[in-house]
Amino acid sequence: MRAVMYAACVLLFSSQVWAAIDAYEFKSEEDLKRYERLTYELRCPKCQNNNLRDSNAPIAKDLRREIHRMINEGKTDDEIILFMVERYGNFVLYRPPVNESTWIIWFGPAVALLLGVAGVWWVARRRSAAAGPGAAGDDLTEDEKQRLEALLGSGQASKETDK
Amino acid sequence: MNRRVLLFIPFVIFVGLFFLFNWGMDQDPTKLELARKDQPVPAFVLPDLHDPSKTLNQEIFKGKVSLLNVWATWCPTCRAEHPYLVRIHETGQVQMVGLDYKDEREAALKWLNDLGNPYDISLSDQEGRFGLDLGVYGAPETYVIDKQGIVRYRHVGAVDDKVWKEILLPMVRKYQKEGV
Repeated sequence: MRAVMYAACVLLFSSQVWAAIDAYEFKSEEDLKRYERLTYELRCPKCQNNNLRDSNAPIAKDLRREIHRMINEGKTDDEIILFMVERYGNFVLYRPPVNESTWIIWFGPAVALLLGVAGVWWVARRRSAAAGPGAAGDDLTEDEKQRLEALLGSGQASKETDK
Repeated sequence: MNRRVLLFIPFVIFVGLFFLFNWGMDQDPTKLELARKDQPVPAFVLPDLHDPSKTLNQEIFKGKVSLLNVWATWCPTCRAEHPYLVRIHETGQVQMVGLDYKDEREAALKWLNDLGNPYDISLSDQEGRFGLDLGVYGAPETYVIDKQGIVRYRHVGAVDDKVWKEILLPMVRKYQKEGV
């Protein structure tokens, strides 16, 4: 039974290791780190939501080969990213550039939050203006104030007699 | 103004979102924008599929409007659109260039032999390097290239009667009218 459970766990939770593996050699540890970062940050053009590192699509394989080639040729990260964008557009960037067409995704959430906060503040302020402390007492007439005091005074008196 | 009007705000937002999401349902998220739009075809030197000793380059696009069709024998949709490409070729309205993409030469030649050859010029891109420079992310893809060799449009997926008559042919005619 334990073996079955163990096997089930292995089968159900092993999807993480399905990431594609290529055997690429780099000149330095630093270059390997760059390769890993770039393939992690760039999106596979054929896939809806897979980076180049995890995708098994043939196009992702070709693009990993190109990134490997460019790193070994001494290209900078910016040059490699430009190479990708020239061919596949901003789709390949998981971090798109800030420009007019992307303002809504960069600033939309913050604007929505600010609008929400402003809305809550506005409603709260109106409510407190309508039913805040002090506001109620101010529009009582002299007669009503005396009655109120009398009621409060008798309330205290009755409490004392309860003791 | 009656304050009751404000009660309709959530309804108005709901209707707005309804149309927004409805519009979103019609969008195809797998269609990529064409990064090379209005730019020259990237430079290439590729062997002729029929005669690998002969090489071809981007000059083949000069002076004529072309349809560049990216295909491969491993691509089922390419087989589906193939008879239609043959028919377009028979009309003789546009120069047809085939790019055999990441494919085996023998299989490709057999395919053209068996199913008919709709291409005036056939390029062989076994490594897929030219395809990569062009921004190909899947076959079939069909590009409209004008007389100056500028990439104008890309259709992703099979070409059929509707695509040809409503999209590609009007575009081909438009660019054919332009001066050389």
